[in-house]
Amino acid sequence: MTASAVATLKTQRRPLYPGWFYAPAAVVYSVLFLAPTFASLYFSLTRWTLFDATFIGFDNFAQFFREPFLIQGLVNTVIYAVITSGLKVVIGMLLAVMLTSQIMARGYLRSVIFFPVLVSTIGVGMTFTVLMHPTMGMINQTLAMIGIKGPGWLVDPKLALFSVALVDVWKGVGLATVIYIAGLVAIPKDYYEAARIDGATKLQNFFYVTLPLSRPATATVITLSFIGGLRTFDLIWAMTKGGPGFASDTVASVIYKQYQAGFYGLSTAGNVVLFILIAVLVVPLTMVLNRKQGHE
Amino acid sequence: MKTSRASLFGGFAAIAATFVVFVIPFLFIILMAFKDKQQSALRDFSWPNGFHLFENVYEVVKTRNWMMITAFINSTLITVISVTLLIVLAAMVGFVLARRKTRWNGLIEFLILAGLMIPPAVVPTIWLLQGLKLFGTLHGMILIQVAYNLPFSIILYRAFIATIPRELDEAAVIDGARPLDVFFRIILPLLWPVTVTNIVVQSVGIFNDFTNPLYYLPGNQNATVQLTLYNFQSQFSTAYNLLFTNILLITIPPLIVFMFFNRQIVAGMTAGAVKG
Repeated sequence: MTASAVATLKTQRRPLYPGWFYAPAAVVYSVLFLAPTFASLYFSLTRWTLFDATFIGFDNFAQFFREPFLIQGLVNTVIYAVITSGLKVVIGMLLAVMLTSQIMARGYLRSVIFFPVLVSTIGVGMTFTVLMHPTMGMINQTLAMIGIKGPGWLVDPKLALFSVALVDVWKGVGLATVIYIAGLVAIPKDYYEAARIDGATKLQNFFYVTLPLSRPATATVITLSFIGGLRTFDLIWAMTKGGPGFASDTVASVIYKQYQAGFYGLSTAGNVVLFILIAVLVVPLTMVLNRKQGHE
Repeated sequence: MKTSRASLFGGFAAIAATFVVFVIPFLFIILMAFKDKQQSALRDFSWPNGFHLFENVYEVVKTRNWMMITAFINSTLITVISVTLLIVLAAMVGFVLARRKTRWNGLIEFLILAGLMIPPAVVPTIWLLQGLKLFGTLHGMILIQVAYNLPFSIILYRAFIATIPRELDEAAVIDGARPLDVFFRIILPLLWPVTVTNIVVQSVGIFNDFTNPLYYLPGNQNATVQLTLYNFQSQFSTAYNLLFTNILLITIPPLIVFMFFNRQIVAGMTAGAVKG
């Protein structure tokens, strides 16, 4: 091959994967996502009217950790994320085990469990707000028929956050289930065969084969639902608007409330707090979850 | 293998339990949408006294000067255009990212993960959109949806492109194809399965999005279906039949998508999730 032929081959080869293919995506992403994210670091340190910003140092953050209702929002966010991701792991796992076994009407069960994932969160929130009404709601009326006085799901300050979390699980558990199903069918049958020869019971099968070998699926479900839980806004806003009082406020709903009230600097500080919260909790979590398991 | 009595019982129990937990809320929505105002006020699980669905739909659609129609048009426009852009831009990035190993790859992967994790900084984004004269416009909303959903689409594409043999690109070049042809005429058509997944998953997500339109699309003129439902809540606070008719109406598009693309949705969501 002559030198010129090599040269033309090279010039032809290089733009086969042109770098400018990144450009359109990079522009949209940088301008509308990265730039505001970096700007938020500055604006969270200001008193801000959108037209001019006065630098006030860490006052917004100080306020965030001084006001009891803002701290409650922070605590609620973590509680909400832990409850929803925990329940989605447990229920999703059990449903997936059920749906990969020899059970009848598998197609029906799978569809029914998954469908809420696709429905509008606002619609789901409003439906359950009606269903959870303390006296007129269907849930408590049904409980009353069997002689139980149902709780004030969304009006009891001690319960409101948990009620919303339950609805979140109802809506989201279908996704956890299909992720687990994908994980479970990937487990080689040999393991169960070997366990059967060793005389393992069904329960031992689950705890010593299924559970450890579905660890990647567990990692995915926990990470996804934990991040989702920390960022939750729409369901809470549709059901309680953070109430009663501030009982079910999360950082995301606080951000919106401060924005509505015109405290743009404080709202942006809330954003930065949420960002740090996610980074501090999720990064170590994924590291632990994805760590290679050594042999004991 | 014959089904034992225990597993038969377990099957019935599972069907009954999922029926109560997952199906009854939807039946409740449907029944409420068929009722008249008086009966719906009871908010119970009962058979409608008469057939009022069409009146209810008419009533909901004409509320506030036919706002539902505007909302459906807006939501459809936002969904269709942003999903189209997402597919082209994400496939381009996924293609080069999977094929070309440079020192930038690490940075790009980091940015993708960051996009999946970091909550968007709302007020600075509004400030920026105002500066660009895009605040409260459909164009702005579309670009926002593209920016926020790019990372997920890229992950889906990259994983799939890695399974397409590289020899294919080289063979095309030897046959005289230009690099752009290689991508648009050879690679992109091959990506069709993952493109369908992308279309389905992203369009459901964008159609159902409430938070972003709430922040970036204020005003009645630009209402989306989710915003309309939210705004009607106060107006329909005493007319539960209308509230649930509205919920039913906005549940129909995802239902249709679900019936046709059930398999792709599940495949897409799990593929993206497990490999991401």
